[in-house]
Order: sequence, then C-alpha cells, then structure tokens
Amino acid sequence: MDPKTIICRCSDITLEEVRQAISDGYTTFDEIKRVLRTGMGSCQGRTCMPLILREISVMTGIPQEDLNPGRKRPPVNAVSLGAIAEGEDHDYES
Amino acid sequence: MTMKADIVIIGGGISGAAIAYNLAKKGMKNIVVVEKRFIASGATGACGAGIRQQWGTEMNCKIAKMSCEFFENANEILGYEGDIEFKQGGYLLLASNEKEEEQFKRNIALQNRLGIASKALSLEEAKEIVPMLNTEGFVSAAYHHKDGHLNPFHTTLAFVKAAEKLGVTFMKYTEVTGIDVNGDEIIGVQTTKGYIETSRVVNAAGGQSQDIARMVGLELPIYSERHQILVTEPVDPILSTMVMSFTGNFYCQQVPHGGIVMGRGDAGEPRDGNINSGWHFLEEMARTITKLLPPLKKAMVIRQWAGLYNITPDRQPILGPVKEIKGFYLAVGFSGHGFMFGPATGILMSEIIMGEPTSIDISSLNLYRFDRGEMVFEPSVV
Repeated sequence: MDPKTIICRCSDITLEEVRQAISDGYTTFDEIKRVLRTGMGSCQGRTCMPLILREISVMTGIPQEDLNPGRKRPPVNAVSLGAIAEGEDHDYES
Repeated sequence: MTMKADIVIIGGGISGAAIAYNLAKKGMKNIVVVEKRFIASGATGACGAGIRQQWGTEMNCKIAKMSCEFFENANEILGYEGDIEFKQGGYLLLASNEKEEEQFKRNIALQNRLGIASKALSLEEAKEIVPMLNTEGFVSAAYHHKDGHLNPFHTTLAFVKAAEKLGVTFMKYTEVTGIDVNGDEIIGVQTTKGYIETSRVVNAAGGQSQDIARMVGLELPIYSERHQILVTEPVDPILSTMVMSFTGNFYCQQVPHGGIVMGRGDAGEPRDGNINSGWHFLEEMARTITKLLPPLKKAMVIRQWAGLYNITPDRQPILGPVKEIKGFYLAVGFSGHGFMFGPATGILMSEIIMGEPTSIDISSLNLYRFDRGEMVFEPSVV
C-alpha cells in the first residue's frame, strides 16, 4: 500500500505517520491518538481505529483481538452547542 | 525481577517527566519513572492545557511565570522533534460583581509587582479582544497577553524524550503496589513489573497522590475531584483568547488545531475517582457558553472527557520532602494547575532533591503549613 495513504480522514494522517508512531513506541490506539490526533475528529475513530489496530498487530505481532480498541468518549455523533443548550431539562446524570 | 534505582518517580504526567528531566540534567543517574498507563494518561492528558500567570497568590504567580518563560523556549531547550504547540493568545478573566472586580485589582497589583504585565480592562475593551462576547452579567475584566495554551501530550512527551536521551527509564503500564519502609527510610518500591530497590521516591501521582502517600503511612490533606471538559469540531480561528470566569465557573479557549475547548467546575462533582463523562455537564456547559459567546451555538461538540483535580485546602501545591519518611518527596495537590506549573515543578523539585538552594523560595509550600494555619488561599480557580 502507498505509504501516503490517508488512514485518518478527520486529521489527514497517513499510513507512514501511523507506522512511524508505532515504531516510536506508541503501541496502543489511545497513545497514537494522543500523538497524531487519529480518532479525535468527528468520526471518533470509527474509520481509522480498525486500520490502526491492524497496523499495530502487524508491527508488534500481537493478535488484533487482543489489542485495546481505546476509550470511547461521548457523544456518539457530533451535536451543536445550540441544540444541547435548547434541549429540555433532564433530572438524571448518566 | 529486581532493579536498582537512585530515585523512583511515581507518575508519568508533566510533573514526573519534568522532575526526571531536570534531575538527569543535573547529573543524577539511574532515574526510573513508573507510570500506571502511558505518558500523560492521567490528569495531564485530561486537562484544558491553558496556561496563565494571572494568579491571586505570590507563590502561584511566581511558579506560573517561571513555567511560562520556559514554555516560550521549550521546543529548543528540550530539543523536541515535534511541536508543543504553544500559543500565547492571552487570558481574558471576567469579573461578575464589584467584589470580584476588587479581587482582580488586588491580583493585578500583585502580578505587576512580580513582573507580570496583566491589566484591568473595561467591558468595551474586552469586546475589542473578543468581539462576540456577550458582556451581560459582568462588570469588568482582567487580561494578560502572554497567557495561552499548549498541547499537553506533546509538551509532556518533549520532557520524556529529552529525559530518555539523558538516560532516564520510563516504565509504562507499570503500577506501584507498595512502598517498603524500614524505620523512617525507604528501601524499595513494589510494582506490577517487579521490585525496585531505592532509597528515594517522588510522589507525582496527580489524582492518585493520596493513595501513594498512604503506602508510606502518610495522610495528605487532599481530595481528588472530577472536572469535565468538552471540545468542538475544528473551525476557523474565531477566538484568539481564553475567556474565563471564576464566579461563573467556566473557561473556554480555541486551540491552534481549531477545536474549541471548554470546561466548568461544579460543586456536586464526585470525589471518588470517577472520571466518566456526565450529561448534566454537557447541558450546563452548552447553556453557559452559548449565552456568553452566542455564535458558538453552531459549534459541534465532538468529544467530552474528564480528569481529576488534586485539591489542597489552599489550592496551592505541596512541594518538598516530608519529616516522617526520609527520601520521600511530594509534588502533589496542584488543584487543577499541575500542567501549567510543570516546568517550574521540574526545576524546583530537582533542586530540593539535589540539596541545592531553590530558584524560588518555596519553603511556604511544605506539607506542614496546614497544621500551622499558614495558608494563603488562592481565590482564582475554576
């Protein structure tokens, strides 16, 4: 595959950059996210996460099913501040 | 497996990384930093990463100024290949009433005396800096142009990389499970990856600092409280400055990447180590910020998270050795400001550990001030 292939569409991160981060010792999805911003965009990692886990697996030899897919953060989809502010009152805490 | 270290630093956040780097620079060998997860995975990585010098106590002002001056040249000093993304867009602090305005005037006088060029602004002048600001409910503002923002991950990694070049060992995914003491002396640290023989330990464990102190039988007058944050999708630059209010209990800043980061404190936040995100925060934050900065109604929230403030009774950190246990040092209780104080923490703690005179007199930040009632309360915290 072309090393310039975009892995993270939200932050324009290439395969080459992901591989460099892994060889620099960032061998979990959550660490790579903090170094490269992969998974910090509006898709919340839905596109890049499986691709990055596959690269980690290839480079570390750890089976993909044993890798931590990273911590999920709310909200599931992007919501405008205006829509949240104008929403109805709730009396529960998630 | 048994290792030997001249010093073990517990916590791979900004404080631990900066202390390790400064000790190595002073020539100390065999420095081991033990981190439960990965670098900056705790309070450092969860923080808003704003930095300011506008404080209400002399110690906080001096530590913040020293740190800011370091940040200005940190990429070069640390030889970092990446970028710590330092942006000095200033902090605009809003006063809600005359009492707070008076407090700001006292703070500005203190800051100016210490060489920090902050100033009082009218609401009209505040609007020149932040044109979209709705000034309703405020009486005046304070501003300092050198305050700003950094990337907390890259800033911490810059210290880590520089420390590694000087021979420091960072043990990631390694949890401290106990500290062995013989009489009043430390003899070793138990971890999930083996035993480390050492006579010196630095507690830089952020939100877990009380748990680490308890391992040597020390009760710290500290609690950890959840504070929540959210960030929007990146947008074009629309907000050059941090906007913050202590009585309004919020802060909001656009980072260089384009996302707008905002957070608020809440008296009802849990103190049990919980760092899950809550829906209540999202609503309160959205209502507060869309009233204050109405164009942000259109900004899309893409992520929220939380971290722990490690809070002392006077909201100033505890820095230094303890009387009870020889070789046990505290860099704890930053009360929400450990990231921005990181560079000074590293310099000052390394001076204390090496037995050198400190660049700033921080003797008043010792653990025993609370017993003696020598507290100077920091009024300017969200």
